[in-house]
Amino acid sequence: MGQFGIGQPVRRKEDVRLLTGKGRYTDDVHLEDQQWAVFVRSPHANAKILSIDTSAALESPGVTHVLTGADLRDGGVKPISADMNFTSREGKPMFKPERRIMPVDFARYMGEPLVLVLAESLEEAKAAAELVALDFEELPCVTATARAAEPDAPVIYSEHGSNVSVHWENRAPDEIDAIIAAAPHKVTVDLVNNRLIVAPMEPRCAVAAYDPADDRITLWSPTQGVRPAQASFAQLLGIPKEKLRVISDDVGGGFGIRSKRYPETAAVAFAARKTGRPVKWRGDRSETFVSDHHGRDQVNHCVMGLDANGRILALRLETIVNVGAYCGDNGPRLPIDGGGRIIPTGYDIEKFYFSVKPVYTNTVPTDTYRGAGRPEANYIMERLMDAAAQECGLTRDEIRRRNLIPLSKLPYRTQMNFVYDSGDFVGVMEETLKAADWDGFQARRAESEKRGLLRGIGIASFVEQAGGRPTEEMRVKLGADGAATVFAGTFSHGQGHETVYAQMVNDYLGVPFERIKFVQGDTDTTPPGGVGTFGSRSSMMGGVAVRRSCGQIILKGKRIAAHLMQANAEDVIFEEGLFRVGVSSVTIEEVARAAADPSKLPEGEKPGLDESNLFEREADLMNFPNGCHIVEVEVDPELGTVQIVKYTAVDDCGVVLNPLLVHGQVYGGVAQGIGQALTEDAVYDESGQLLTGSFMDYGMPRAHHFSHIEAHFDETQPCKTNEIGVKGAGEAGACGAPPAFVSAVCDALKPYGVKHIDMPLTPERVWRAIHSAKPRAA
Amino acid sequence: MNITLTVNGQSIARDVEPNVLLADFLRDHLRLTGTHVGCDTTQCGCCIVHLDGKAVKSCTIFAVQADGSSVLTIEGLAAPDGTLHPVQAAFREHHGLQCGFCTPGMVMMGADIVRRIPGADEQTVRHELEGNICRCTGYQGIVEAIVDAASQGARS
Ligand code: FES
Ligand code: FES
Repeated sequence: MGQFGIGQPVRRKEDVRLLTGKGRYTDDVHLEDQQWAVFVRSPHANAKILSIDTSAALESPGVTHVLTGADLRDGGVKPISADMNFTSREGKPMFKPERRIMPVDFARYMGEPLVLVLAESLEEAKAAAELVALDFEELPCVTATARAAEPDAPVIYSEHGSNVSVHWENRAPDEIDAIIAAAPHKVTVDLVNNRLIVAPMEPRCAVAAYDPADDRITLWSPTQGVRPAQASFAQLLGIPKEKLRVISDDVGGGFGIRSKRYPETAAVAFAARKTGRPVKWRGDRSETFVSDHHGRDQVNHCVMGLDANGRILALRLETIVNVGAYCGDNGPRLPIDGGGRIIPTGYDIEKFYFSVKPVYTNTVPTDTYRGAGRPEANYIMERLMDAAAQECGLTRDEIRRRNLIPLSKLPYRTQMNFVYDSGDFVGVMEETLKAADWDGFQARRAESEKRGLLRGIGIASFVEQAGGRPTEEMRVKLGADGAATVFAGTFSHGQGHETVYAQMVNDYLGVPFERIKFVQGDTDTTPPGGVGTFGSRSSMMGGVAVRRSCGQIILKGKRIAAHLMQANAEDVIFEEGLFRVGVSSVTIEEVARAAADPSKLPEGEKPGLDESNLFEREADLMNFPNGCHIVEVEVDPELGTVQIVKYTAVDDCGVVLNPLLVHGQVYGGVAQGIGQALTEDAVYDESGQLLTGSFMDYGMPRAHHFSHIEAHFDETQPCKTNEIGVKGAGEAGACGAPPAFVSAVCDALKPYGVKHIDMPLTPERVWRAIHSAKPRAA
Repeated sequence: MNITLTVNGQSIARDVEPNVLLADFLRDHLRLTGTHVGCDTTQCGCCIVHLDGKAVKSCTIFAVQADGSSVLTIEGLAAPDGTLHPVQAAFREHHGLQCGFCTPGMVMMGADIVRRIPGADEQTVRHELEGNICRCTGYQGIVEAIVDAASQGARS
């Protein structure tokens, strides 16, 4: 294994470009003759649209076109329909309201786009947008999650008669309820999993141009994979997918929401074709806040029964998830398929009842956000375990030790029918306890106390599920000069794929690291079976496809090398860039050169060393990253502020391809998890206005909220469901951080009898928890 | 209004409306798209450039306010021969960037911190970065990079 091979902390290939201002993001695309687009959005959360008058806007200087939903509908644009079907136990199908791109009858959330204004300049488009006259009849609205499920809540879609899309259950509850009722110990936990604004740093934008000569639209947009974007936007526009080219150059963060279908993107693409001129839309941050899908937003009611020794007997979970005004691409799927199927995470629980009610509200749809249901699932289990420790009189590590699935039980089939192939959950926890010096905590607590601060320690053991959609295609090509190019079906938007795949090709083929190029993000060059990057899937799906493409190159290379050396292909050995038979050998570079020259090829061999691999996995053979995170905090009881003072993480991501980059994934995931737990909360008021509409009111975590994160890997349990042994790394931190953090703060506030505070643990909430409890504690 | 200024060492004269922000002037008028705009409330720091040697949020001042000044953007930070500025090099070494969107602002801010506070320690750097948001990295690599570059500054 060389300096640039698998497992090395190779510095990134993409960095010099990005560090010198040479990145190319969608807003950097500037087309001659482009029109600027501005959307007019609904100011109301729920309203009947009485009239839309665009005449004054059309007269405004510089305006070229004004389009409404009627123009889109008449132009063949289809509604966004969600591809999922959950049914209730009685077989009742779920209700999915129609989502029109720029509706003409009702607006269902504040910020819903209704009219598109195009003008020669951005300023002119903005001025004209002010002149669009919209007349509404306001309707009662509902925004809060639990409220939406109540029988007397305003019903948004009267044709359905309820805001609950479907009541999904995994089984009948009776047996579970009976076990819990008879259990020696019982704990009940009620949780709010706060709504979040994803806020990748690059605001969403779109640029589109239409070429009448080949009747094709080119769309530049930040996505997480151009092939699915091509398929879904072509479907929305009602055109064959060959007639839509999608390009994503550099993308400023994704976190799940970039892979989704947005009405604005479709409208911009439509407008470019309809008007025959390029269109550019630059979403600003305020627009992004009200129109990007939001994340999380669940309430959970959880009950668990344990035996006298603190062993869990049965678990009952009820979740209400706020999916917003429409059924997003994944909305209701997140608690059911995303998180639901890994509950009860790493714990060995046989009896389990699970109910989910997705509810519609007058808010922007919620969808995938880093972890996609798994952080919520882990939060539920870890808050329950902390409560169970108290109830049973055990320490928080001991209750987990008694209930985690032991190594000896792996492979383990979960209640929801996954097979955990590998993972030493107890071992990883023990390692973390040691690395965090769990046993030495009391001394540190005493030291903080001297400074007037309350110190707490918290722990979370989590299991993730990674791999996502079961197919991916990658292509590796060796040129006549011996240089390699990887054409990726996955899509790097910060993960560093250019570097990691080059490490793999370097390792497998012996091509020098600096001679490996990388191409992604353009449907003209992305392999047809490309899918993209989400669900921590690229290492497993893209990685295996790269490995197999390289394997195919070696196989063909052996036939060519055998021909060159006048030997049998079966006798050729390939090692470190050399094809050898006995004492003779040829380099891969020589073979690549020969491959390009038909006269040097064996009979019937096609020229070139250019291999694609479409890796198809059995759908449920995912991988299960897991880990344990321990956080220490200091709480100032006078101010209610919480400072993280120590963070220790041990993650089992299987085989680590590049520790530098995988650490980066862990740190980033932890930061988003801590953001959720400490500072972030998307708040709508009762009239459906988003109160946290900018970075002024929405608490993005900043550098000073963190302390140094000490992260380790446990590489003792390589993944068994893929041949490179990798497990996804992207979402683990977001699973571990929130419960560990809340556990730590509650531990600090134990003297006040505080058992739980809902996220985010802002100074106000912490202060209130202390002060409402104080008289009793004193 | 006619303005004359130096951008990355080059003298520039342009006619601009008085309400054009420096960030938009750089990006849309000069096509220097390395400077990013991540918010509309002066919170994120993606847009930081140096104005007469000091870090400023270019989304928060008008282009006309830079009349007669010297502006340095991320495109002009490395040496003409391509050698990275110590802060740029440290970002690469410590994996201080992922998607790269906050990076120009972070690097320009980092260069400012390193200049003002040689030997800046971790806590100082974390507080100095109050006005810069990164969604990808958890700040760890960024802080390590700036601390490292600041220690080189202190040594030299
Ligand atoms: S763009 Fe200037 S601070 Fe956000
Ligand atoms: S690297 Fe993506 S926002 Fe900082």
